[in-house]
Amino acid sequence: MINQLALLGAWWIDVLRELGRSGVLLYRVLFYPPQIRRGFPLLLQQVYSEGVLSLLIIVVSGIFIGMVLALQGYHTLAKFGASQQLGPLVALSVTRELGPVVTAILFAGRAGSAVTAEIGLMKATEQLSSMEMMAVDPLRRVISPRFWGGFISMPLLTLIFNMVAIYGAYLVGVKWLGLDAGVFWSNMQSSVEFHGDIVNGVLKSIIFGIAVTWIAVAQGYFAVPTSAGIASATTRSVVYASLVVLGLDFILTAMMIGEW
Amino acid sequence: MLSQRWIEVLVGLFLLFALLALAGLAFKVSGLTSLFPTKSYEISANFEDIGSLKVRSAVKMGGVQIGQVSDISLDPATFKAIVHMRIEDSFNQIPDDSSAGIYTAGLLGDNYIAITPMYSQSFMKQGSQIEYTHSAMILEKLIGQFIYKMGGSANDKEKGNENAPKAQ
Repeated sequence: MINQLALLGAWWIDVLRELGRSGVLLYRVLFYPPQIRRGFPLLLQQVYSEGVLSLLIIVVSGIFIGMVLALQGYHTLAKFGASQQLGPLVALSVTRELGPVVTAILFAGRAGSAVTAEIGLMKATEQLSSMEMMAVDPLRRVISPRFWGGFISMPLLTLIFNMVAIYGAYLVGVKWLGLDAGVFWSNMQSSVEFHGDIVNGVLKSIIFGIAVTWIAVAQGYFAVPTSAGIASATTRSVVYASLVVLGLDFILTAMMIGEW
Repeated sequence: MLSQRWIEVLVGLFLLFALLALAGLAFKVSGLTSLFPTKSYEISANFEDIGSLKVRSAVKMGGVQIGQVSDISLDPATFKAIVHMRIEDSFNQIPDDSSAGIYTAGLLGDNYIAITPMYSQSFMKQGSQIEYTHSAMILEKLIGQFIYKMGGSANDKEKGNENAPKAQ
């Protein structure tokens, strides 16, 4: 009995310790002033490898999610004779929920895992310690650009996802199922609000960006420096990031819903 | 590995793409007409019942949209709904004795305010109030009245039938 209690306590202390370490890491990334001159090329490189290279999966999943939403929505709405409301249905569900959440989860799978694996391997092959030996702060050189790169890429990817998904819905709803284009856009415009829907969606994606890249960076930085350690760190990075995104999404939606 | 220059170009393109998407979302999806709203003036009207009129509902004149509802509140003394409307400045020659009514686009569509012009020579300006208003037609009420009348006429018929045999 006591043993089990002790086990539980040890596990909890472990969790707290990890949280504390990651918190200190985040604090140092956020509040150590980056060197703009030398840091900027590194940052661009990370925006490229985390943002630009994620474009393919974001665009393809965006267009298909928009298309399938339009197809499902159209047939359900048509039963009530409300197929003109397809535009609002797609636009609201994409800008409020699907855009930020799906982008964050795909981003965790595509970029977060790569960041974790890269940093973990750098640690396992002692590149990080050799940087320290040469008086190069690995936090500034390796961790910080990766964090800020993800932070910048995430909202941009979400914007692109939203637009592509809505055009995917346009393709199915208007070009294939024969809805009137004017009805599609004008109903959408009358029910989507720039501030309440689009800006709040982007706000969500900024918070998801912080969460996903923080988890990825911390998992890599504190990975056990073996091949098995890196493998489990990469897995945990994706799983934790996805769970945190879904949980945060509920909390943020509950906070924002007063404005709708 | 790409050269730094190519990376810069691609990141620039990525940023441009995202900004285009933002512009598309703002103007095409959410119907943000412009960042600097067109000049407008505000008028108000009191309605007995506004149905499901909402903020941002259209204000029309002869079917053409001339503005939108900016605020809805309830008068605490008379319990009437006070509807504030923003009318574009280009429509500044609305006679001040015009009447306003709330109508529904189609059977199940959105409510909108239609302003019917009258013949006064003085015009609406910032802060004026429309005196003559027609409340929204509530479908449930109409159906209720209709059924009530149907019931009434059916009773008459029954009475008529009762009377008829006596007459024979």
